[in-house]
Amino acid sequence: MLALLTRDLRLAFRAGGGFGLGLAFFLLVAVLVPLGVGPEGAVLARIAPGILWVGALLACLLSLDRLFALDVEDGSLDLLATAPMPLEVVVALKALAHWLVTGLPLTLAAPVLGLLLFLPEAGYPWLVAALALGTPALSVIGAFGAALTVGVKRGGLLLSLLVLPLYVPTLIFGAEAVKRGAAALDGTTPLVLMAGITLGAVALLPFAAAAAIRINLR
Amino acid sequence: MSIWEYANPKKFMQTSAVVLPFVAGLAGLCLLVGLVWGFFLTPDDYKQGSTVKIIYLHVPAAMMAINAWVMMLVTSLIWLVRRHHVSALAAKAAAPVGLTFTVIALVTGAIWGQPMWGTWWAWDPRLTSFLILTLFYLGYIALWAAIEDPDTAADLTAVLCLVGSVFALLSRYAVLFWNQGLHQGASLSMDKKENVADVFWLPLLVCIAGFVLLFVALVLVRTRTEIRARRLSALLARERLA
Repeated sequence: MLALLTRDLRLAFRAGGGFGLGLAFFLLVAVLVPLGVGPEGAVLARIAPGILWVGALLACLLSLDRLFALDVEDGSLDLLATAPMPLEVVVALKALAHWLVTGLPLTLAAPVLGLLLFLPEAGYPWLVAALALGTPALSVIGAFGAALTVGVKRGGLLLSLLVLPLYVPTLIFGAEAVKRGAAALDGTTPLVLMAGITLGAVALLPFAAAAAIRINLR
Repeated sequence: MSIWEYANPKKFMQTSAVVLPFVAGLAGLCLLVGLVWGFFLTPDDYKQGSTVKIIYLHVPAAMMAINAWVMMLVTSLIWLVRRHHVSALAAKAAAPVGLTFTVIALVTGAIWGQPMWGTWWAWDPRLTSFLILTLFYLGYIALWAAIEDPDTAADLTAVLCLVGSVFALLSRYAVLFWNQGLHQGASLSMDKKENVADVFWLPLLVCIAGFVLLFVALVLVRTRTEIRARRLSALLARERLA
């Protein structure tokens, strides 16, 4: 298990494109929005929670189609599927690796970008907490979407069409938590609801994703 | 005699050929009666004027948009558990119909909302969840279209339908978080004594019956088309082998 995780991480770091790309995209979104909206602090501060969440979501989406595609191309997914390790665990580990190279850096970088968008001070702890609790759901849901489209050539666009609607609850609760936090209100309720979605997704979606991969490898 | 007999494509084709004209005719009759009655023979509402009459399209379409997804969920489950091809094809056939109903509900709502609310669109929980439902339909249809092998496509879309149902439901309650919104509460429910004044209520019931029958008729037609297409491709494949 650990070997698979380190293999995926090493591939993500060394094969180029995977690791820094999502982060750079996130940064670009946070830079482009003020350029489009205008530099007024009050406006930016109001939309900052939403922008940061949408940016994180898109950055996550960006690297999803590579999750299984490379392994299908060189046939290692077939080997993994026949390995003694359950396919569900393989999927969960791949989602974990994906989170470690996208969700986690995004969470850590978000406060800096919040600074660029004049996020009110009270919002920072909520921003980090919401992203830390919400991005794992994005990775797992994304893994499910990637598993569905594994057999489709150039399935990137289809993947986003499938995955983005599934991201809606996480996005709503996550952005709501940050918004309430930024307004110096208590954001616990949406935060806890979002954490519930994350836990449910982490617990159940690997099974759905593994089923989809088995169907695709048939 | 069990319901599973109709999972046999031949039996399904025979039965549906008999049933279809009746369902379609009844649907047309109900819609004609309901819409004419609703549009021309009911009084204007004292506040909403004649705009109230869009209810005869909006409410049935919205109901069927959701019911179509539920029907897809049930048929997907049947396909996953019992592997009846007709079931999978019925789910495939229902998706575009459901999408159309969703769009009808959104558009009629916008046309009604413009004079009444003063806006075409509001990020109201109900409106938003219907928009999200549209996206789910689009994703489902796109996945069917993207995968060539029919059995793989049926399996994957069935899995997507199951997972999507859960997330659609979650989204429905997540959007409630914003506010209670502009949209009025349910205008139809079983436990209230009077929902809408009877003059509006009766033609509405006829329209709902018409939409249900219309949905059944369209799904039957489309499922029959899918079965024929499947047979055709099987014939072609056999010819190529011979």
